[in-house]
Amino acid sequence: MSKQQKQGYWRIVARQFLRNRFAVAAFLLLLLLAALALAAPFLAGNIPMYMVKDGKSYLLPNLFTYSDLVSFRFDTWKPGPNDSAIRPPIPYPPDESDLDGALARPGAEHWLGTDDRGRDVLSRLIWGTRISMTIGFVAVGISVVIGVILGALAGFYGGRIDMVILRMIEVMLCFPTLILILALVAVLPPSIYNIMLALGLTRWPDVARLVRAEFFKLRESDFCIAARATGLSDLRIIFRHLLPNAMAPVWVNSTFGVAGAILIESALSFLGFGAPPPTASWGEILNQSKNYVDFAWWLVTFPGLAIFITVTAFNLVGEGLRDAMDPRLRQ
Amino acid sequence: MSDALLQVRDLTKRFPVRRGVFSQITGYVRAVDGISFDIPRGKTLALVGESGSGKTTAGRAILRLIEPTSGSVRFDGQEVTTLNKHDLRALRKRMQLIFQDPYGSLNPRMTVYNVLSEAMAIHGLARGRRRERVYELLDQVGLADTAADRYPHEFSGGQRQRIGIARALAVEPDILIADEPVSALDVSVQAQILNLLAQLQQDLGLTYLFIGHDLSVVRHISDEVAVMYLGKIVEMGPVDALFSAPVHPYTKALLSAVPVPDPDAHKHRILVQGDVPSPMNPPSGCRFHPRCPDATSACAITEPQLEGESHRAACLVHAPAPLRSAK
Repeated sequence: MSKQQKQGYWRIVARQFLRNRFAVAAFLLLLLLAALALAAPFLAGNIPMYMVKDGKSYLLPNLFTYSDLVSFRFDTWKPGPNDSAIRPPIPYPPDESDLDGALARPGAEHWLGTDDRGRDVLSRLIWGTRISMTIGFVAVGISVVIGVILGALAGFYGGRIDMVILRMIEVMLCFPTLILILALVAVLPPSIYNIMLALGLTRWPDVARLVRAEFFKLRESDFCIAARATGLSDLRIIFRHLLPNAMAPVWVNSTFGVAGAILIESALSFLGFGAPPPTASWGEILNQSKNYVDFAWWLVTFPGLAIFITVTAFNLVGEGLRDAMDPRLRQ
Repeated sequence: MSDALLQVRDLTKRFPVRRGVFSQITGYVRAVDGISFDIPRGKTLALVGESGSGKTTAGRAILRLIEPTSGSVRFDGQEVTTLNKHDLRALRKRMQLIFQDPYGSLNPRMTVYNVLSEAMAIHGLARGRRRERVYELLDQVGLADTAADRYPHEFSGGQRQRIGIARALAVEPDILIADEPVSALDVSVQAQILNLLAQLQQDLGLTYLFIGHDLSVVRHISDEVAVMYLGKIVEMGPVDALFSAPVHPYTKALLSAVPVPDPDAHKHRILVQGDVPSPMNPPSGCRFHPRCPDATSACAITEPQLEGESHRAACLVHAPAPLRSAK
């Protein structure tokens, strides 16, 4: 009570989390990956970050569209004596083919080598981080929204509503997830958005079960009864009083879920059901390189490592969160 | 008694017991079985009894936090049991609950300010001056202003109980149903909370339904006492009459169990045999008869009714003394 600073819930969780060195390291790694994904246009590509052409200067043409650059070809542009440009450190866009330089070993020119079409592997990996992370987060986001709403309704009202939602969950859990996703992706037109949707629509039962179980416990709690006795509406009790107390297992599950979604996306891409070919996702890079495993080791090693490290980092963060949110460790 | 603020008549709550694959109803637990009482405005009625006697269920059924099976609850002349959702909400502003467990009764994720101001916001109270009103409430329950922006886990049990009381007061209720408000607290803190409740009653003219099992606490705070056993009221009366001249053998046994802080005091402990029978299958006749030291053969057959004037008991063997000598 005599503590000087305010002790919100997240502050306590953060303090517990910081004690776990592996989890913190993994978290920093994920931040780095997120930064890589966000900064992809500045790291890899042939569009300069700043350029002077014909006496006019352009700031960040890789982010903004300039009307007089619309039909300008950056890839064949040779700067004149009065022109200048600051280019990204890896001056290769992820989908620029160069058949003469195909299957180059890692070296000064291409740090992680090139693939069978001469595309720079590092550039594709960096842009692939965007795709893979986005798929992971959006898919989990969709499943959390659906799962939380259905789980909360089932757990709060019980009875018939619970019965119906529980049957829906059981039906979903009866399908082998990967087969279901394959079926969905086969029916939907190929695009990364439909992959996110398919992943999200198959993952929610886990979330719903967790939330439902928490709500069963919480709805009998005194503070829930107090909220009802105060005259609060059901919606307010569900979302403001119970849900914040029910989310801990969901956050943990979601962290593992992002890792799982990235893995499944890689598997889908590897099977040829993933992101449509020119898109650089980690699984797609693996898929493209499977014919050259014998002699082009760099083609499978680096995307494989990227997947492995990211998934491991998400799992470590998930475990750290689980420990940090464990109510038995609090106080 | 038409001037009663709260009038409870034959309140009954039965919980179905379900068994088997298809959840057939195989029986009912009669948690509260036809209790009646009145509480005049500004007074305190204590509902006492051991665990499982239905006190808590009774309190919650009055607020319709649990839907009563049958019976009538009239609050300030208005029938509660038939109110629709909207009117029930308005009523809840006037009837509030205080909980036993100060740890479970506060949302761990909301600051004290949020808890108190939310209750006001729902009922449109103290618009535009919520923060001052929160400080006022905290002051009323003996907490500093700085408590407002803290979370429940930063407080001790007694302080949390004060917050719980402040939350109940936030909607400016007429009656507080206090469900064992001090039994989870240290003895020294118990006294503080009881004094606070007494002070609030005096200042705000509150009416209390005090649910408890600790008779020394009950004696301290209440005007009238009702003793419950297995869902029924077995004896009720003014606190002095009931404590000085208990009639029902169960009440006598309860009173004899109150510890006396004098090691030399000679006490005649009445020991009650056996356990509380299952409320699913209560004994025939008088529910207390299998454990009663004074039971006669009639007690197993006839169910006694509450009889007497202001001090009433439901016993076939003993009857309360006439009104004059009881006072």
